[in-house]
Order: sequence, then C-alpha cells, then structure tokens
Amino acid sequence: MKTRLFGPATIAALATLGMGSLPTMAQSTIKIGFVSTFSGPQAAIGEDMRRSVELAKEHLGSKMGGKPFEIIYEDDTFKPDVGKQKSEKLVLQDKVNFVTGYIWSNVLLASLKTVTDEGDTILISANAGPSQIAGELCNKNFFSTSWQNDQTPMAMGEYLNAKGVKSLYLMAGNYAAGKDMLAGVKRTFKGEIKGEDLTKWPDQLDFSAELAKIGAAKPDGIFIFYPGAHGVQFVKQWTQAGLNKTVPLYQVFSIDAITLPQLGDLALGTLGAQEWVNDLPNDQNKRFVADFKKKHNTYPSYYGAQSYDAIMLMASAAEALKGDLSNKDKVRAELKKANFKSLRGDFKFNTNQFPIQNFYIQETVKDPAGMMTVKTIATAVKDAKDPYFEKCPMK
Amino acid sequence: MDYLLLQILNGVQLGLLMFLLAAGLTLTFGIMDLVNLAHGSLYMMGAYFAWTLIGLTDSFVLGALLALPATFLLGVLVEAVVMRRLYGRDHLDQVLATFGLILFFNELVRAVWGPAGKSIAVPKFLARTIEILPGVPYPAYRFAIIAVAALVALLLAWLVARTRLGMLIRAGASNRRMIAALGVNIELLFSLVFGLGAVFAGLAGLMAAPIGSVKIGMGDDILILAFVIIVIGGIGSIKGAFIAAMVVGQIDIVGRAFLPDFLKTFMSSAAASSAAPAISQVLVYVVMAGVLVWRPTGLFGQRT
Repeated sequence: MKTRLFGPATIAALATLGMGSLPTMAQSTIKIGFVSTFSGPQAAIGEDMRRSVELAKEHLGSKMGGKPFEIIYEDDTFKPDVGKQKSEKLVLQDKVNFVTGYIWSNVLLASLKTVTDEGDTILISANAGPSQIAGELCNKNFFSTSWQNDQTPMAMGEYLNAKGVKSLYLMAGNYAAGKDMLAGVKRTFKGEIKGEDLTKWPDQLDFSAELAKIGAAKPDGIFIFYPGAHGVQFVKQWTQAGLNKTVPLYQVFSIDAITLPQLGDLALGTLGAQEWVNDLPNDQNKRFVADFKKKHNTYPSYYGAQSYDAIMLMASAAEALKGDLSNKDKVRAELKKANFKSLRGDFKFNTNQFPIQNFYIQETVKDPAGMMTVKTIATAVKDAKDPYFEKCPMK
Repeated sequence: MDYLLLQILNGVQLGLLMFLLAAGLTLTFGIMDLVNLAHGSLYMMGAYFAWTLIGLTDSFVLGALLALPATFLLGVLVEAVVMRRLYGRDHLDQVLATFGLILFFNELVRAVWGPAGKSIAVPKFLARTIEILPGVPYPAYRFAIIAVAALVALLLAWLVARTRLGMLIRAGASNRRMIAALGVNIELLFSLVFGLGAVFAGLAGLMAAPIGSVKIGMGDDILILAFVIIVIGGIGSIKGAFIAAMVVGQIDIVGRAFLPDFLKTFMSSAAASSAAPAISQVLVYVVMAGVLVWRPTGLFGQRT
C-alpha cells in the first residue's frame, strides 16, 4: 500500500495550524495572567489571592464586558528570577491582556520591564509597591490596586505620634520592600529610633539575637515588617522572650488573616496599619467578606482584597469598552478612571497610577465566634498620596 | 555583660540545633559516601509528625517522643527504597535523586497537610522565661532546646566512642571497603545509620517548630548551613561537626548582634544597617574558605 503524504487528515491538521497563526480578528476570550507564590513557605498568601480572584470571577458571572475571561495562574516560587520567567511566558506565549498578582517587591521589580516595555502589556500590581515604580520607573502600563510600600508604615508612624510613643526599634527583612517600609515609618515618626535591623531575607527565621538587642535598648515599641511565615516566627519569638509584657508590637503586613490562624491568642491586642480591613462598611466589601468566609471558613486578607480589586478594575475597563481591549490607549484611559466599586471604598489614581486612599489602624481581636481577626479602630490618614509621585515623569 | 551572655546563649542554642542536623548529614556523607540533599526533608517530616501526634495525644512531650520513632521508620524506608540504589554511584546522580526527594516530600506535605503552615505551641511548663541573672530573662523553651540537644550530643559521643555500633561507624568513616570485606553486615549498618540521622534531623525539626512554624520547605533553608558545618568540621567526623556547629552558631549571632554597631563606628547608620546583614551572611562562608585553605579536609577530616 502506498503511503499518501497528503491525506485528508494531514490537510485538515495543516489548515487548523494555519488558522492559529492568522491574526485573530476580535479576541473571543479575555486572558489574565496571575503571578503569585503558590508553593513553599509563603504559599498560603498565594492561595488567599487565588480564592479571592475566583470569588471575583464568580461575582462577575465569569464575564467582562460581555466576554468570557480566563485566568492563568503562575507560581513565582518566591524567587525574582522565576517570577520574571513566568511573566515572560504569560506575555509572549499566552499573550494575556493583563498581568496581575505579585506579592513581592523584588519579584515585581525583576518582572516589570518584561511585561510593560518588552511586552507592552498592562500590569496591575495586587500587592507589591516598590518605591522605584512609584517614582522614576513609573510606567504608563503599570497600575496598582494596593499601595506604595512607604505608605502603610507612614500611616503607622502618624498614629504612633498621636498616641505619644516616644521611641521605636525597627525591624524588617533586607530586601526592596523591607527598606521601603523602614524608610516609610522614619518619614513620619517623630520620636527616637533606638535601633534598626534589616535581617537576612528570606532565610533568617530566628530572631533571638535581635530580640536580645531590643531587650537591652528598651524602646517604647517595636515596629516590624515581616510578611507571612516570617511574621508568625517573629511574633512567637517576641512572646517567648517575654518582650510582649514590656515592649508593645506595632506592625505592617505581619499580623493578618494569613498569619492569625497560626498565631492565635499570641497576637491579641497588637496594632497595625492597612488600607483595607475586613470590617470596612461598604456593601461590596460586606458581600466579599461574607461570601469568602462562607466558602473557606476563614477571613480573607488584604492580599485577597487587592487581587479582587485588580480583577474588578479590569472588568470596569472591559465593560466601558464593550469587551474590545485591542486599543491599549483606550484601555489605559479607562483603567485610569478607577471607575469600579473597590472593596476599600472609592479611590482615585495619582499621576503615577498608584491609588490615593485612606489608611486605617486595626487591632487584633477575637470575633464573636472565637476566630482571630482584625478590626478597624481609627483612620490614620485620609486621601494619602505616596511620597514619590512627583519624581514620576507622567502627568 | 548581661547582653553578651544572652547573645552567647543564643549562639549556643542555634549551634546545638544545627549540630543535630549536621550529625546525620556527616554520618551519611562520611560513612555511606552519600550526598543527601533530602536531609532537610527529614527535618521537616519530624516537625509534621510531631504536629500530628501532639494533636492526637494532646501532649507535647508524648507527641514529640512518638514522632522520633516515626521519623526513624521513615528514614529506614527512604534508605531501603531510594538510597540503596544510589550507593557507589556518582555524586551527581545522588544530588539529582535526593533533590527529587525534596520536591517529592514538599508535595507530599502539601497533599497531606495542606499549603498553610502549622504551628506547635510551646508546652505550658516551658512557656515562660527564666532569669539567668537577676533582671535578665531568657526563654525557658530555648533552655530546653540547649539541654535536650546537649544530652543528645553526649549520647551520640558515647555511642560513637564506646559501643560496637560506634566502632563500626568509625571504621566505616575511615575505610568503607575494608569493613565490608571483613564481613560486617553493611546493609544493616547503613540502614541504621541513615535511620539514626533521620531521628536527629527530625528531633531538630520538631524542637525548632515552636520557635518558628511547621511549614513546607522548612528544612531547605537550614540545610545549606548544615553542609557548611560538615565541611568545616571534616566530613564523617561527629566531633568536627559539633565544634563547627558551635563556631557557626556564634559567628551567626556575632554577625547579627554586634556587626551593625561595629560598622556604625566608621560608616553612616543607613549604610551600616544595610551592609551588616550582607556581611554576616557571607561571614560563615569566609570562615569555611579559611578553614579549607588551612586544612583542606576540614578540622577533623580524614587525611587522604
């Protein structure tokens, strides 16, 4: 029997291949890339973000501007180089319309140019807010639904001034965000800085040496930035050293819905600053928190809330453009309006495309059901702008 | 002075914990000529076993004691299923296979225990501080770590120096082929040594858990330091591992506690606080390089 080189099946296969490479007239599905940490010690944060994104999808009925949308999750494994590769893959191979996620400032900094410049794709950070991107590296393709790193500790600093705290000891991980956080609190806190330690990031998990220094320095308070697993370690060791009886702990991004299930009572009464709290009294937030709790029997965190907002921001642009995202100028113009119901309440974008928003002080408490959570006790600052926007050339 | 004492104690505690991890590593490397990157996974499994067993028995001590034989059995199982196929093969093969084991164990833990970290509470009777000097408190739990680890170190010293098993271990470390030729049941010996190493790693993991948390990959970070320790101490030498662990513990603490203040005496405060962690991070490796120049097989390594 003769082998036919061009059988009907082969021709059909070639035809479909050819179709794939034709320029798509109008994209039928909106694609969103989501880069976060889904493995290793910090996987709990990525999981919280994924749950919130899935909830956003459910609330939107899986459609944006009348078109179905698809979310492609990629694991950065908590490493900048892997995050960059995954971002590259999303932009070049999957040809996504938006890339979002990014817990870590160092991962975001490594991935930024790949997405925004080489790929000309819109990146919406759902968490990380390194100072560089708010200032000189600001980019028309970059938006944030979180904050700039300095802002949350700045809010904490203001509150501590008002509370009459006279001196602080500062600690954070030695990487982009840790440096921004300490710079932030020093920007507003007027008291004395008794000491400051940037610890090896991410491998240092034993803080005995630093806690002994704090005990010797006798500050009025400790200020820390230790997200996720590191926060658990720090708070535990702070109580084990007996410092919880003598030196109060003030924190940003360290005691939250991610770490509280592990910390339990140890964290009761500690204060922190945040732009979103689960008890903010707007309707969309009530619905988000209630639905999240019903599904997962745990509180959502700000990581999740910011991710939910990122999806809703995209949806607002897709809605306004009736699902046609082909003109990027139009998409950017729509995003810039921030015309959506944010879980933190309405906000505006600054010229560098970071939100202008309020920051709240939250206290760790037990809810009526006995579950650990945080509740708002004060508004620290209103309509705050980050300190770098004037360095951004965009107007 | 009080402050210095506290920092020395911190260094001793860290060093002892590292010794438990390094002891198993140096035994398997020295006697079985096996590079076991998955040693950190045994550290993690010890902590997860303890978490489950403490939950079941409602007692820290009981749960911890039960976790040790569990880790031993796991070690023996891993040796029989995987490691046995790797003896006599290239180190590169061993590195690849045991790296695969790390991935396997991390995924196993995710499947069984979930991605979120677990936490083990410090037992009630240790959840306080002890005044080592009037007005100088130290966490009782860290004292307990020092006591238990020191006891285990003594036990191990006795085991290696005074028992028949120890004699075989020492013989195996200096000349593996010879003891096999002399008719020693090498399979059983390897199995026991690997299981023993697993128990020490598991013990270190479960004792470290209440200070930090029980989480996926918890052993991977600390493993590098354990390798540095066995290289400084000399591969196969328990005594070397002990001394190197104490040295590394103190270096780590000195780097964190005193280096920033020292740097501030001649550079700006901001530069010092950012340079100090970087310098203290490489300090251990500088010491390792120094030791290797002076003694290429480590402090107590076999001369070849």
